[in-house]
Amino acid sequence: MSVLDLTIKELQEKLNNKDITVTEIVEATYERINETDDEVQAFVTLNKEEALKQAKALDEEGINENQFPLFGMPIGIKDNIVTKGLRTTCSSQILSNLDDPLYDATAMQKLNNAKAINIGKLNMDEFAMGSSTENSSMKVTRNPWNTDFVPGGSSGGSAAAVASLQVPFALGSDTGGSVRQPASYCGVVGMKPTYGRISRFGLVAFASSLDQIGPLTKTVEDNARILEIIAGQDEMDSTSANVEVPKYSEALTGDVKGLKIAVPKEYFGEGVDEEVKTSVRQALKVLESQGAEWDEVSLPHSKYAVAAYYMIASSEASANLARFDGIRYGKRAENAEDMMDMFKKSRSEGFGEEVKRRIMLGTFALSSGYYDAYYKKAQQVRTLIKQDFDQIFEEYDVVLGPTAPTTAFEIGDQIDDPLTMYANDIMTIPVNLAGVPGISVPCGFHPENNLPIGLQIIGKHFDESTVYRVAHAYEQATDHHKQKPQLGGAK
Amino acid sequence: MSKISKDQVKHVANLARLAITEEEAEKYSEQLSAIIDFSEQLNELDTTDVEPTTHVLEMKNIMRKDEPKEWISKEDALKNAPDQKDGQFRVPSILD
Repeated sequence: MSVLDLTIKELQEKLNNKDITVTEIVEATYERINETDDEVQAFVTLNKEEALKQAKALDEEGINENQFPLFGMPIGIKDNIVTKGLRTTCSSQILSNLDDPLYDATAMQKLNNAKAINIGKLNMDEFAMGSSTENSSMKVTRNPWNTDFVPGGSSGGSAAAVASLQVPFALGSDTGGSVRQPASYCGVVGMKPTYGRISRFGLVAFASSLDQIGPLTKTVEDNARILEIIAGQDEMDSTSANVEVPKYSEALTGDVKGLKIAVPKEYFGEGVDEEVKTSVRQALKVLESQGAEWDEVSLPHSKYAVAAYYMIASSEASANLARFDGIRYGKRAENAEDMMDMFKKSRSEGFGEEVKRRIMLGTFALSSGYYDAYYKKAQQVRTLIKQDFDQIFEEYDVVLGPTAPTTAFEIGDQIDDPLTMYANDIMTIPVNLAGVPGISVPCGFHPENNLPIGLQIIGKHFDESTVYRVAHAYEQATDHHKQKPQLGGAK
Repeated sequence: MSKISKDQVKHVANLARLAITEEEAEKYSEQLSAIIDFSEQLNELDTTDVEPTTHVLEMKNIMRKDEPKEWISKEDALKNAPDQKDGQFRVPSILD
């Protein structure tokens, strides 16, 4: 078995016992990337030289696991998380020359402090806008289970890299499902924590009231171990919450007796694949056999979430992406006649189609005469969606359903149809609008295409512990997370 | 009849500092109209007296201490700039 198939705990034990060196672990990641990334296309930029240098330094220093909880752990980073001195592009042409960023995102800084090793930057839909990673201006990432299919998005590079054992852990970001949906499509564990749980400093902003960083891993326990390192209030992000960070890894007791699960009927409606429904209902039975109780409930405003989301997210994006002006960093168009011409040419050449479409939509929704009808209306609907969750969580501990309505779709299938593409996020978007935490864990494979299916578990604000506990109890009773895609030859 | 006309698209593109061709204006007119049509379903909901949610957590005016501290140097700030001169960002002419 590859060292890349081990958990954080197992790797730390091997390091402790001197069965393995950090250099060997890091070399194994680059060998695996070398073997598989022609097929998968997950990485945009590798950090090989620096990573091997750090590995050598850690080997000389020796492990002290109590002091450095992620000592020598190789991790891949979504390319919208700023990494000092390592190219950060958001998979956009406008940042394709940003070779030497000036600082580390807070989450990256915390990983560095815990002595994790950054293996490289992972592909994504440009500026995190998309559900398939086809909107990258760098490359199209492929689903490791079948490379004719998308890995999901926008953190498609992160999910595909973890699923294909290139790196055991990765960071993604989730604005409307961008960690959970690719985790579902690629058969890995992906967590979107509570809004405010992780500092957004250095996460290139898409929709500031929705964006959260989240870990993607093969197991729930590894996921919890990474979140407990990167969470916490940060003076560089005024929206990061002053709420204590529990040791999530200690919440994984396996005990779900008496746990109350709400199952919204809206998450099993039209457009949701029958096999997906069956897998999720089976997962429910597993939890029931472990002592949990469940009821069918209603989140009546769910069907409005996608429309509200696209107004809110696009509006915020149109403001956030105004900063890309070709002056301070990033690409500037040549042959501009004057300043205005330079702005327009740089932005038009630098942004891809989907990004421009959302900037246009957001600018329209915020423009004089339309603001109340579109943007404010969407924010009022957001309140109703949030209240749906508030009411359910008065009685229930978690909400459970599918992560996505279907398994992964074929590359090229939806790219020309924005509204169909948006519908992939119908069950993940409400979670961002309400700001609550949600995780996707593997819960089976589709019998026709053999692609992974994801189970979504949603919790109360700042109650990631319960979400992890339920996810872990389910995972331990099943073996879906142990399945591996065949890469490097036979499919 | 499109919800967003080609002229409106051009106006919005100017506000967003995007240069668009006639063809793109046509395409955006169709696509944005479709998305706006889709969003009209929100009007099925009566939101009279519903407060808009701009932020999900109840917190405001979080400030850090107003103390000077080390940050990036001028050299660093300029090193990713497309054009610079005499320690400043250089841009095309603003006035004739």
